[in-house]
Amino acid sequence: MSKSERPSQLFRNLNAKIASIPMIFTALVIFVGGTVWTVFYSFTNSKLLPRLHFVGLDQYYRLWATPRWLISIENLLIYGVLSLVFSLVIGFLLAALLDQKIRFEDTFRTIFLYPFALSFIVTGLVWQWLLNPEFGVQAVVRSLGWTSFSFNPLYDSSIVIYGILIAALWQGTGLIMCLMLAGLRGIDEDIWKAARVDGIPTWKTYLFIIIPMMRPVFITTLVIVASNIVRVYDLVVAQTSGGPGIASEVPAKYVYDYMFFAQNLGQGFAASTMMLLSVIIVIVPWAYLEFGGKKRV
Amino acid sequence: MRYQLMTAALALTTALQFAGPAAATDLEVTHWWTSGGEAAAVAELAKAFDATGNHWVDGAIAGSGGTARPIMISRITGGDPMGATQFNHGRQAEELVQAGLMRDLTDLATKEKWTEIVQPKSLLDGCTLDGKIYCVPVNIHSWQWLWLSNAAFEKAGVPVPKNWNEYVAAAPALEKAGIQPLAVGGQPWQASGAFDVLLAAVGGTDAFLKVYKDKDAEFAAGPEVAKVFKAADDARKMAKNTNVQDWNQATNLVITGKAGGQIMGDWAQGEFQVAGQTAGKDYTCLPGLGLNEMIATGGDAFYFPLLKDPEKSKAQEVLAHTLLDPKTQVAFNLKKGSLPVRGDVDLKAANDCMKKGLEILAKGNVMPWTDQLLSQDTQKQKEDLFSEFFAKQDMTVEDAQKRFAAIVGSAD
Amino acid sequence: MSDHVVSLPAIGGAGGLEAYGPSGPKPRHTFSRRNIFLYGTLIVVALYYLLPLYVMVVTSLKGMPEIRLGNIFSPPMEITFEPWVKAWSSACTGLNCDGLSRGFWNSVRITIPSVILSIALASVNGYALANWRFKGADTFFIILIVGAFIPYQVMIYPIVIILREVGLYGSLSGLVIVHSIFGMPILTLLFRNYFTSMPEELFRAARVDGAGFWGIYFRIMLPMSLPIFVVAIILQVTGIWNDFLFGVVYTRPDTYPMTVQLNNIVNSVQGVKEYNVNMAATILTGLVPLIVYFLSGKLFVRGIAAGAVKG
Repeated sequence: MSKSERPSQLFRNLNAKIASIPMIFTALVIFVGGTVWTVFYSFTNSKLLPRLHFVGLDQYYRLWATPRWLISIENLLIYGVLSLVFSLVIGFLLAALLDQKIRFEDTFRTIFLYPFALSFIVTGLVWQWLLNPEFGVQAVVRSLGWTSFSFNPLYDSSIVIYGILIAALWQGTGLIMCLMLAGLRGIDEDIWKAARVDGIPTWKTYLFIIIPMMRPVFITTLVIVASNIVRVYDLVVAQTSGGPGIASEVPAKYVYDYMFFAQNLGQGFAASTMMLLSVIIVIVPWAYLEFGGKKRV
Repeated sequence: MRYQLMTAALALTTALQFAGPAAATDLEVTHWWTSGGEAAAVAELAKAFDATGNHWVDGAIAGSGGTARPIMISRITGGDPMGATQFNHGRQAEELVQAGLMRDLTDLATKEKWTEIVQPKSLLDGCTLDGKIYCVPVNIHSWQWLWLSNAAFEKAGVPVPKNWNEYVAAAPALEKAGIQPLAVGGQPWQASGAFDVLLAAVGGTDAFLKVYKDKDAEFAAGPEVAKVFKAADDARKMAKNTNVQDWNQATNLVITGKAGGQIMGDWAQGEFQVAGQTAGKDYTCLPGLGLNEMIATGGDAFYFPLLKDPEKSKAQEVLAHTLLDPKTQVAFNLKKGSLPVRGDVDLKAANDCMKKGLEILAKGNVMPWTDQLLSQDTQKQKEDLFSEFFAKQDMTVEDAQKRFAAIVGSAD
Repeated sequence: MSDHVVSLPAIGGAGGLEAYGPSGPKPRHTFSRRNIFLYGTLIVVALYYLLPLYVMVVTSLKGMPEIRLGNIFSPPMEITFEPWVKAWSSACTGLNCDGLSRGFWNSVRITIPSVILSIALASVNGYALANWRFKGADTFFIILIVGAFIPYQVMIYPIVIILREVGLYGSLSGLVIVHSIFGMPILTLLFRNYFTSMPEELFRAARVDGAGFWGIYFRIMLPMSLPIFVVAIILQVTGIWNDFLFGVVYTRPDTYPMTVQLNNIVNSVQGVKEYNVNMAATILTGLVPLIVYFLSGKLFVRGIAAGAVKG
């Protein structure tokens, strides 16, 4: 158009550039700048305050020799895989159920969605209370007569991460269900018609036709779920504080604890860098494929 | 010269010099004293400061020092400092001082002769860096106490133990009576602190210093410390199934007789007091676990960030003065369950346990504690190790000691 | 199973619920196996989702002696509103015994400007990305999306330094900016997707008529984007209202948001844990986002459909 004939590249599309200044600032100064700063200082032995005394890879050697870090990584993997799978599966199933032209759809949807309005702090506190062995589910089942019943995830090192998972799923699946429901509603009726004409069973239609068509929804969902998994922190703090012992520690908590409690910024930065690295390895190629390719206008 | 003499004289006598003219200045004071006993104690400080015509703006942050300190440090380094803040004196604020963010109190200290007032002298050492004083110690807190519920032992039909060994021997009887032998809360610092106490009590003062002061990794891996780990193993067996998090919830188990005892600092005393219990009658306290009676000169102190506002700076001086005032010291420490930092105050109101502490202090059986000797980094690694050790019954004693020695070896 | 009856409603939720295919009139199907299975599952799941809320409400209405008796699921024998009053106006942290009331207004003061600013920025930004792409825009956008995965903890320190350098540390505006920054990735993604899915002809026609960047935004895009704005408002109100970390790090005690005071109240154990007060405080803190959800209901799903489905 007429505007684009301007001689200077810089002033082309000027308004859009002005509108994007906050994004450019956030991307460059906060995300890139902050990251570079963090990586840079992870090679120093900064304690309470950042300082430029370089120690090479020492912080990283120490990090990978620390049992607590290894447990954190293991927990994040277990929690991450399970919460990804379960929130997608449960979210999709609930959405498919709600999509059956049922009565009271609004009521059900609101019920499934409301926990999402509550913060992780609140979620953690409620589930800590529900899973408390002296008052909660275990005590109630026992008082009903089944005295050998044992369900005490928050004080049992080997299963504590599942206790956290239960709370996380309770809080998060409602949103996933909403996303999936929106996706299902966006599918053209003709697809169903055609599938029925061909005599394809419902479950097969879902699995091989509908779900592939919902790719964009799954991608948005993945971004939301995965970013929450990497960042899981508040929930653990509110529910178990990482306990019993260090059985439910997660990487984000390691970062925070070592930066601020232990006053060892260098160590915290090294742990952050490892987290960033893994995020970048997984996300960047995907983000390029997803958002980089398509052109418009 | 004459002016200096005059102010010195005034400072020695009263707080009048400050209380008089200036308009009320708001001074925000941050701390992590939020349990029942603690809040009652800090109210005494606020009352005393308000009485000088200024205003104490309370900035309590709940959830123990671990939660509060990062927030305080962010505030100070972020250029939005509070008027004064609590730290455990020693190495927590070391770098803030080095970075020039904290106020040098040396002039005030000389004027008010803190070196003569504060007893034992080692307390001020924790506040001193390169010969300058940066904080005001307000109390002496010692970790090395065993709190026992008399009711629990009565119920179990065994006499109240007089030391750690008797206590361990009585554990099966307690268990049989359906009582949790030892209460250790889930917060990591509690497990780590309990071990330090065992190290000082079972291993002895020299062993403690060799490990934490000289950072002798070889010694830490040796047979003497192995004995301590054996005791810690007993402790974790006795503490199994303590399903509480906070230290005062654990104390509450002792108060209500649901648990036999707790290894906890003298701040636990405040909780017994709030619950209306009497030392000797309802509960028993054993300093140094009854094995090695000494008092560690850990404690709380107030630091004053460097402020630009001259009004506030003046109010900081008033607060520093007020904190060391004999009357404030008595009122505060009685509520807090800690010992005052000056030897010349009258503690008639002190209960049995505090009197025991004062006696030990008078005998000079004092030692430094981990806050002074170790960096926060080392402390945190220790916490991670011992919280895991106490929670995971299948972690072997040998393995734990090996890791402990490695932490000691890399300590700074 | 003969459940060939599958609904195919269009976007727009309940509005498009006409039956499709050879299904008979509804009443006959009420007790079919399929319906029993369907409603049975939904009801069981719904109970699971409601259970914590029920326990919270019930516990908050009990007195402490009753709580000590045990069963957390039993309804209160004697209803008391004292815990609510205490949580709102007199629970203590340290020396401050004014409960959550102060934090409530602080949260309002933090949330309103943060929501407005972050949505204004992200919507214009998403619009620029969708309709006025310039060279390099994609790169910045990808950085932004990757940024959504960075743990907040990593960014705390650099942001403390940046805010200190520009002199906004500890102020309300500083916190508003922080919220706008961290809300940007997801919001920009949603707005970009939404504007991309709008018919291109609209945009082209406006260009031909000579409308510029802002003209098209305000006259064409804005009026058509109510659903996505609803989604953005809901996400931001809940996100910012529920924020704890930024609130505690970037403000000072007199402007602490409600969540920080909730944490203070819950973690200030004075003697025994007062579970009833804690639960009342928890519900009070969650009330604002809950109300927003209950009121917005259908609009949320519709907006999500528009922002997330079309990629």
